[in-house]
Amino acid sequence: MQPLKGRFRRRSGGGEGRADPAPSRLKYRLQRWMLTPGIRFGLRIGVPFCLIFAAGSAYLADETRRAALQGLVSDARAAIEERPEFMVNVMAVDGAGASVAQDIREVVPADFPVSSFDLDLERIRDVITGLDPVKTARVRIRPGGILQVDVEERVPVLIWRSREGLALLDENGIHVAELGRRNLHPNLPLIAGKGADQHAAQALRLFAAAKPLGPRLRGLVRVGERRWDVVLDRKQRIMLPAEQPQRALERVLAVSEVQDLLERDVAAVDMRLAGRPTVRMTENSVENWWRIRQLNGGGQ
Amino acid sequence: MTDLYQSQRAMRQMRRQAMQRGVVAILDVGSSKIACLVLRFDGSGRLSEDGSIGALAGQSGFRVIGAATTRSRGVQFGEINAMQETERAIRTAVQAAQKMAEVRVDHVIACFSGANPRSYGLDSKLDLEGQVVSEHEVAQVLASCEVPEYGAGREVIHAQPVNFALDNRSGLGDPRGQMGQTLAVDMHMLTVDAIAVQNLVRCIQRCDLELAGIASSAYASGFSALVEDEQELGAACIDMGGGSTSISVFMKKHMIYADAVRLGGDHITSDISMGLGVPLTNAERIKTFCGGVHATGADDRDMIDIGGDTGDWEHDRRTVSRAELIGIMRPRVEEILEEVRTRLDAAGFEYLPSQQIVLTGGSSQIMGLDGLASRILGQQVRLGRPLRVHGLPQSATGPGFASAVGLCLFAAHPQDEWWDFEMPASRHPAGTLGRAVRWFRDNW
Repeated sequence: MQPLKGRFRRRSGGGEGRADPAPSRLKYRLQRWMLTPGIRFGLRIGVPFCLIFAAGSAYLADETRRAALQGLVSDARAAIEERPEFMVNVMAVDGAGASVAQDIREVVPADFPVSSFDLDLERIRDVITGLDPVKTARVRIRPGGILQVDVEERVPVLIWRSREGLALLDENGIHVAELGRRNLHPNLPLIAGKGADQHAAQALRLFAAAKPLGPRLRGLVRVGERRWDVVLDRKQRIMLPAEQPQRALERVLAVSEVQDLLERDVAAVDMRLAGRPTVRMTENSVENWWRIRQLNGGGQ
Repeated sequence: MTDLYQSQRAMRQMRRQAMQRGVVAILDVGSSKIACLVLRFDGSGRLSEDGSIGALAGQSGFRVIGAATTRSRGVQFGEINAMQETERAIRTAVQAAQKMAEVRVDHVIACFSGANPRSYGLDSKLDLEGQVVSEHEVAQVLASCEVPEYGAGREVIHAQPVNFALDNRSGLGDPRGQMGQTLAVDMHMLTVDAIAVQNLVRCIQRCDLELAGIASSAYASGFSALVEDEQELGAACIDMGGGSTSISVFMKKHMIYADAVRLGGDHITSDISMGLGVPLTNAERIKTFCGGVHATGADDRDMIDIGGDTGDWEHDRRTVSRAELIGIMRPRVEEILEEVRTRLDAAGFEYLPSQQIVLTGGSSQIMGLDGLASRILGQQVRLGRPLRVHGLPQSATGPGFASAVGLCLFAAHPQDEWWDFEMPASRHPAGTLGRAVRWFRDNW
């Protein structure tokens, strides 16, 4: 009988006999294994990923290497940030007076030259608009390394006298600046009283209506945080109601125009009740009036 | 019987799994070559609503993505006789096909030609309970077929209902829902030697593959080599392979008879080898390049170097005339065809309305075979090639691949077999509990 094995020799076995084209069982299984989708995916993606991850973790396990790596990164970052193209050297403030500009330069938290990466423009703008005399501000970095600040200042239109002293208010009643002396702004109208700054707009309208009084007008006083009194010289007062004070004032002025009411010796014109306007005379004139009536014969 | 149901259903289940995964391998284990095709199923290409076959003959659902052939070893007469060798050959083919397809296949549908196939016709009759045929009654009539004694050591590989008859109307394809009194069925059953099947199953399992179906190659090659009208009107497909020649007779698109002759191309080669005194490989080469079955006057002058490697100069320079070669080949071819003729006569092929005969298989490429065959088998003989399927490489379109291609079609559109129908209650081995469960399933 012929040998059972070796009818076909393996190719490597020598020249005798025909080569066996069949794959060995191991090779066959290996090929099938390699054709399995999961295994293919794992070999193509999973194994490289695991290798890179392991190598990276092994390298970073050492403290000094980690620090060196961090230093390298921060050095590179600093080198880029400190290039002259990104440096900001000067701050330019436009639209503000000298003192406000000085204030702005003081409050902006940056010491020039500084990299534009380190500037937080949003915060700088918030700080600048936090200043009282500044209404709006726009902050940007202009080419050439200039921090440009465009400011719109508040315009003071009223002087408010309170227990703390004199203050300048703008048309919305917002505090602009402290005022040392009244005569620094002699042409601005004066208001007084607690809560007067909340009604600056109404006060301005009343001042507009009181134009005909001319230099006799001393100012407005907020009474009881409720209504206005118009204070004139010679200690005269016009007491206005809480509702529609402007119309009441116009009525008083009209009467005064015709009857010369305010030219007389009147202490106060009380307009608080619209249906019953009242005039209070000074003590002096009342006594005078009484004497004149007695001289005229006791009323008979 | 129950055993058969279970094993075949397990294979069906496996096939369904393979279809879901989308990749299945086709393995044609022949005596001269082993072919492996890898199919990918796209899911499209179902048969249309009216059951007609659409464009591309209904095979647009799959595509051949890998094909490989290898010289068969350890297979004789279509049966495995050296398992180690066959296993290695299968491994070679599967590996090459997988490599071409770049995908791993786990499920295999295999066919083989030998193992003495034997056909049986079964019939059965059933009185219907109602007027209308229900699916349950179809299953019942199928189950009530009387199974003949096919002998120990044999196994059923195909059992297909071929024809249904309702009262006196016959030739129904699908009797469900039709009105009638009695339902009759004709069935065709094919048995083969169980040992051959078991050897094949074992070989495939040793290659780490799962068997998802098994078919007779007579059936598979008839499926691919016969065109539709031939299958419908009646035709015989003769697959002349290397070790055996298988015969299948089709009628109304069903196989009604199958048989195999244990003679094939290898016998012609060995005749040449013996007659001329040359090695088998030389004889094979001479047969394929110069072979023929009709001698003409010119063939006397056509000298063929037959060669040899003995080292004797005179011996190695021998020549024969082509007429001599034909003289050796022709008796053997005639013998094969005569044998086929006897088998067809035994099956009653002459009573079919159409007697078309289609020759396919590797040995059908012998020059002049159709002329010789028409003298022996009848006038209507043609040479058949397998249908074209998507992606089949040019090298695998020859008649030698008829059964492999047929198996592709079988995988894509399997015919209903006995075990595809619900097994009726009386066949269930379970007792009352099983019957109760079944009653619930039927009624709810």
